[in-house]
Amino acid sequence: MAKVKIPVNKVQELRVICKKFNNDPGELINVLHEAQNLLGYLPAEVQEIVAEELNVSVAHVYGVVTFYSFFSMLPKGKHPISICMGTACYVRGAEKVLEEFKRRLDIKVGETTPDGKFSLSCLRCVGACGLAPVITIGERVYGRVSPEDVKKILDEY
Amino acid sequence: MNIIKLIIDDKPVVVEQGTTILEAAKSIGIKIPSLCYMKMDDLNFENKPGGCRVCVIEVEGRRNLAPACKTECTEGMVVKTHTVRVINARRTVVELILSDHPAECLTCAKSGECELQELAQNLGIREIHYTGEQSHYKGDQSPAIIREMDKCIMCRRCETICNEVQTVGVLSAVNRGFESVVAPAFEMDLDHSVCTYCGQCVAVCPTGALTERDYTWKVIEALVDPQKTVVVQTAPAVRAALGEAFGMEPGTLVTGKMVSALKKLGFDYVFDTDFAADLTIMEEGTEFLDRLTRYLDGDKSVKLPILTSCCPAWVKFFEHQFPEMIDIPSTAKSPQQMFGAIAKSYFAKKLNKKREDLVVVSVMPCLAKKYECTREEFAINGDADVNVSITTRELARLIRNANIDFASLDDEDFDQPLGESTGAGVIFGTTGGVIEAAVRTAYELHTGKHLEKVEFEELRGMEGLRKATVDFDGMKLNIGIAHGLGNARKLLEDVRAGKSEFHAIEIMACPGGCIGGGGQPYHHGNVDILKKRQKAIYREDAGKAIRKSHENPFIQELYSEFLGRPLSDLSHELLHTHYFNRKKLSEIE
Repeated sequence: MAKVKIPVNKVQELRVICKKFNNDPGELINVLHEAQNLLGYLPAEVQEIVAEELNVSVAHVYGVVTFYSFFSMLPKGKHPISICMGTACYVRGAEKVLEEFKRRLDIKVGETTPDGKFSLSCLRCVGACGLAPVITIGERVYGRVSPEDVKKILDEY
Repeated sequence: MNIIKLIIDDKPVVVEQGTTILEAAKSIGIKIPSLCYMKMDDLNFENKPGGCRVCVIEVEGRRNLAPACKTECTEGMVVKTHTVRVINARRTVVELILSDHPAECLTCAKSGECELQELAQNLGIREIHYTGEQSHYKGDQSPAIIREMDKCIMCRRCETICNEVQTVGVLSAVNRGFESVVAPAFEMDLDHSVCTYCGQCVAVCPTGALTERDYTWKVIEALVDPQKTVVVQTAPAVRAALGEAFGMEPGTLVTGKMVSALKKLGFDYVFDTDFAADLTIMEEGTEFLDRLTRYLDGDKSVKLPILTSCCPAWVKFFEHQFPEMIDIPSTAKSPQQMFGAIAKSYFAKKLNKKREDLVVVSVMPCLAKKYECTREEFAINGDADVNVSITTRELARLIRNANIDFASLDDEDFDQPLGESTGAGVIFGTTGGVIEAAVRTAYELHTGKHLEKVEFEELRGMEGLRKATVDFDGMKLNIGIAHGLGNARKLLEDVRAGKSEFHAIEIMACPGGCIGGGGQPYHHGNVDILKKRQKAIYREDAGKAIRKSHENPFIQELYSEFLGRPLSDLSHELLHTHYFNRKKLSEIE
């Protein structure tokens, strides 16, 4: 396991997040959400701190982190790209869009470009099925994306 | 309590509200097949994720089949457990499980004891109609436990016992869908985790996904080496369970046959860990009295309660989970390690041999003992005090391999001097036994009076947490007993909070104590087997001529010839140890 040294102030912020949720084991998912917002991802050390604060086993935290595709143990790019693979997007060609992103960025799903600019992941439905196929980059949502749009979208960043 | 009447397979049943169909059926002799389900009432263990769907049954008026393990009985319910629809569904379920299971039954360590194999046989499955992708996970070999997760059926029993009963928290289901697997955090190997090697996950695993690391071949190699004198020691709980491996009734004592089999296997000396248990009592009991006396004299540097330290899983548990309290347990080594240290010093000297010429094998009901004997502090110049530790199950395999008809063996006696033991040594095998043995000796040493009745019924039982007050001639001693690491944790947390009322606490990691160890013949969730083993242990004690450790003549001889007295310098060197602040997860890597 690659060792990551989290800055001391971030560790403190992490503990504050746990405290905000009263160190309640039932709030694990919410804590992990905020922790990922704070750091961009959830390395092993973060999971250990959360486990300690919430008094649950690290294995349990890891189980939750690996269960939900939203959580990532790898640092995301500056602009995280998510391709919706939900049913509506899928039947309207999301896979071709994904292939185009993979080709242009030369990375696989779950990876980050060497310059740290983009990362690629898949998700299941962002609740905008009327705009299928949908992708998100950071907080921004793009609808009715075709493979031909990919270059133009990437050039925006 | 509401009473509910229902009909299962045309038979009327009356049950209390809240009873599941599976339990109701069982009460009238209908055994609905199940796989993931396991319940052990006395041990607070219940695993019913309802995931495998093997126990499906048909309920009249209900459209879908229902899992019997999770469906509660309701008034007037009509249940059918073996309609064509049910049988077809059950077969489909099992075939689907088998379609992602390695067909390695001929060479699998669990063959013959595997619940999936038994189920497939009972259902008469001769063909698997489904082919698809097969799961492939990396293997994991620790000194004690082997994980072959390709054979896992995701029943989650191991996860339940590790988290809820033992509160060790090593195992969790990780990933999702087809990728899911039960694993330690970050999918690291067990020896990079806080695993205690208690082996309870192995004890409840229905398939060959979790098994013990088998060292039988190492034993055979030692036995055929003419340069080596091979000495074996057998733990108390082994004799109360080994018979089960040869089809005998649980609770059958096979001490004499076991000794006979070990001699036939070619061990040069067949000794008894019970002897070392007596020695443990001498050291631990004396240490306890010393601490108690100083405590009562107002010595503030002395900490009570004293905690027993015989159980290696328990030792590793507190090293990881309560590292700030490692000065509280007794410093006495476990009987296995005391035996090894004495065999390779005192006994080697008697034989006029070097310690390296001796191979010490232990037969244990335990998987953690395999780990314990590899701990660095229990070796001199790389030569371990105990070279190989095998389980009750492995001994059974060795006996079969040597073409020995176990049932027809005549009884034989242990060799001397390290084979003589008292009833106090024997009861080390069950929860409550170590502390009862200690009380028998400590009482006489402290009061100077003869103890008329050696049985302390108040210390016996199967409850997970017990407490008793023992009268030491006017001085009341509060004793706590815990078996199962979750129960131990409760007592430890009280100690840490300064709320503990106890002077001494006995802890064993496995439910039931060593009789329920992870290396014993599989109990398949039947707690009655543990109770029968426990009774057998007390029967063996009752039949012993000597029942107090300090009256063991060979223990007395060991002290007069060699050690001097309990807690002497030599005793400290050979029979006592120290504990480590075990690192947390990220520091382990």
